[in-house]
Amino acid sequence: MMAAEKLKQAFVKSLAVPESVITDSLEYNSIKEWDSTAHMILIAELEDVFDVMLDTDDIIDMSSYAKAKEILRKYDIDC
Amino acid sequence: MPTNLLDASPYGVAAADKTPLLLQGLQALTQHHQQHCLPYQRLFANQALPYTQLSDVPFLTVPLFKQRQLTSIPEADISKVLTSSGTTGTVPSRIYLDADTAKLQSRVLVKIMQEWLGKQRLPMLIWDSPSVIQSRDSFSARGAGIQGLSFLGRHHTYALNDDMSLNVPAITDFFNCFGTEPVFMFGFTFMVWKFGLQALKEHNLKLNFANAVLIHSGGWKKLEDEAVSARTFNATAQELLGQIRVHNFYGMVEQVGSIFVACEEGHLHCPSYADVLVRTPGSWQVMPTGEAGVLQVLSLLPKSYPGHSLLTEDRGRILGEDNCACGRKGKYFEVLGRMAKVEARGCSDTFEDNKPFENGDTLVNKGAGQ
Repeated sequence: MMAAEKLKQAFVKSLAVPESVITDSLEYNSIKEWDSTAHMILIAELEDVFDVMLDTDDIIDMSSYAKAKEILRKYDIDC
Repeated sequence: MPTNLLDASPYGVAAADKTPLLLQGLQALTQHHQQHCLPYQRLFANQALPYTQLSDVPFLTVPLFKQRQLTSIPEADISKVLTSSGTTGTVPSRIYLDADTAKLQSRVLVKIMQEWLGKQRLPMLIWDSPSVIQSRDSFSARGAGIQGLSFLGRHHTYALNDDMSLNVPAITDFFNCFGTEPVFMFGFTFMVWKFGLQALKEHNLKLNFANAVLIHSGGWKKLEDEAVSARTFNATAQELLGQIRVHNFYGMVEQVGSIFVACEEGHLHCPSYADVLVRTPGSWQVMPTGEAGVLQVLSLLPKSYPGHSLLTEDRGRILGEDNCACGRKGKYFEVLGRMAKVEARGCSDTFEDNKPFENGDTLVNKGAGQ
């Protein structure tokens, strides 16, 4: 699976939302499914799927789907 | 020199730079809440602006958040409601958050904690039971604290069962996996002591962690009743958990995020985003450094509710500013326990009366504190 697809599926799984909800403009806390609890689940899922260790800055900075891509790029994952 | 304190490092800004920025920010928040929170506007209608010192910023008392829904956002924007633990069986405080304020709280909390834990997320042992987080929309103070700090950890492990007994298999598993690397532990002071450290002792269980940090909060009242000092607490933690650095912090549900963490000297430090003043009960004059009184807490975070300047029910004393032996900038202080009942009542009479909401003048802190 391509990284972009893996990322999308990680969001679908962690937030428990349909794929159609996942767009670049999707923001943290803008839908009830992406709250702080889901955010922690999402982080754990991303670390698992991409085999990376995200630090606390990454967690705070990951404020949108677009931002998630940008952060993963730091770890050489091109989504 | 920073131009926005919210972007500054938590303990790197000295008073000469901090005070004007803080004053500016608190004044803007006061004006914001005047515009968006009607009860607040009624209370503090006629402010002499600009404020010239921190003590000019009017304050609310903490019990007001128990009595009224104080918000500066439309109902539809409320994304989360925090409630205080309400130890005495009274009505809890209710704090209404929107997405922006919640985000700011997380951001600032993480910035402060990075100073004590580093940026890496460490394996985290939580000295509480998993049932403390029940609902995703409404959090008790305990749940909110754990939720907020969980951002800083990974492999979250709860050390207690739902009946508050020690979860020995979970703790030993955690130790076997992570005992030799840096770990982060968090809990509420009384829970850590009573259901953690005391229970470990009863089980005759000692875990020799190589590099642990224990962050705890929630007040010493119950421990003082059992005559447990910070020194005893820390020594017991070291005896039972190995190489462990212990940091207490002072914070409240009414100002989540901008917490006051105790340094290696045991002094509570104001981060760049917050400050404290000490006032004498009755006259509510500001007390000089070194003298005990009631703590007023100031924070740049509360935007969705008017909680940026609050008179607490705790007594305390400022110990100094910018010159702590630990090297961190900012004011540092100690908490001396809860206000005596009679002082609290005097305070309640002044501030909990409904009248001020009809006649704004009586509650205004007209800069009485110079």
